[in-house]
Amino acid sequence: MHSDLLISQTDGRPMYLQIMEQIKLKVAVGDWATGQEIPSIRQLAIALRVSVITVKRAYLELEREGVILTQQGKGSVVAPDSGLSPRLHEEELAGHLEQAARLGDLLGLTTEELASRLQEASGRRIEDGLPKEME
Amino acid sequence: MMDLTVEFKGVGKHYPHFNLDNIDLVLPTGSIMGFIGANGAGKSTTIRILMGLVHQDLGAVNVLGHSMPSQQAAAKLDIGFVSEDMRLYGAATLEWHMKFVSSMFPKWDQAYADKLVQRFDLKPQQKIKGLSHGQRVKAALLLALARKPRLLVLDEPTTGLDPVARREVLGELMAVLADEDRTILFSSHNTQDVEQISDQITFIDRGRIVDSDDKEAFLDQWRRLRLVLPQHAELPHLPGVIDVGGSGRLPVLTTNRFDPGMLTVCQDLGATVQAVDSMTLEEIFVTSVQHRRETLTV
Repeated sequence: MHSDLLISQTDGRPMYLQIMEQIKLKVAVGDWATGQEIPSIRQLAIALRVSVITVKRAYLELEREGVILTQQGKGSVVAPDSGLSPRLHEEELAGHLEQAARLGDLLGLTTEELASRLQEASGRRIEDGLPKEME
Repeated sequence: MMDLTVEFKGVGKHYPHFNLDNIDLVLPTGSIMGFIGANGAGKSTTIRILMGLVHQDLGAVNVLGHSMPSQQAAAKLDIGFVSEDMRLYGAATLEWHMKFVSSMFPKWDQAYADKLVQRFDLKPQQKIKGLSHGQRVKAALLLALARKPRLLVLDEPTTGLDPVARREVLGELMAVLADEDRTILFSSHNTQDVEQISDQITFIDRGRIVDSDDKEAFLDQWRRLRLVLPQHAELPHLPGVIDVGGSGRLPVLTTNRFDPGMLTVCQDLGATVQAVDSMTLEEIFVTSVQHRRETLTV
């Protein structure tokens, strides 16, 4: 069976996180539409050659985050209005900010210096003719 | 109550140079268990007891509701067993073997067998003695799978297979699990295969079970913490830490009971937590075996 998710062995993160991330992306870009039925836990496990318990864990966490809905005995569907796109960007931003703070620390930058570097970066984007609304 | 396909309670077996000691094992129906141990750890002996091929000196073994070894004839109708030293008749063809096995097992599914011949890229008319190692393993697996047993017991099924054959075999094992009543136990020293497809994981070393849990619990509870200590600070003993490596101000702690509270404790000591690494099953296996051996010799 062929699957449209792909688990990487060299990706250091746990497999359930990789599954979650790819499903979220599918929902965010609309490949998996609101209310659409998604593969059952066993179906996806078989397609990915990944243990049932790993997929089950991914589905449980996705349900807790409100991305999917699972009905006992009826399978899972994409949750209506998951508000996923803005949330994904929010998460990505938080990750990058953390990285920036860590690197700033390593370079011995103060919070003020770091903040001004961020302002510089935003300024450059506008000079480059890339106003944010246009993206 | 959880439905169990295999249950070992306090099982022991004494040999002149090896003891299998107090083995407790449960395998829930509908799951895959990976059974990991070094060579000579007791995997094959455990599997032989499960099959009724070796009789335990102590303890109770129940397989598919049958007490072993006394009810092994009834149990074996529903167990498919494949081991490395499986003997197929060299002078006979795969087709002859399929006819032979199907005559003994009423649940034999010829359509499924034909499908497996295709998927495993085998030739029914070829004699067994002309097959490569990988083809032999796939032939033996085919003969076990097409019987549709409720329990599949596989001793090192992926050892010596090339990457393509390994992928085919793992894929077929997963496909078996589409049926929620079927269960698989497979032993391996290839931790990557086990990590990928197992629900349950059991480590065995020197005739004893070192640890047995569901896979997500294993991967969740083991972490390596990389710390930077302030100058002249002394690292106290933290509960759940089973190994301290690294050196000087840069210790690396390994824990099998990780919880985020540990980070707070470290930070309160003035230490910086540089990284919290998750571990692969191989790292977890090696560390827990070493830890077990150390605590036993102390």
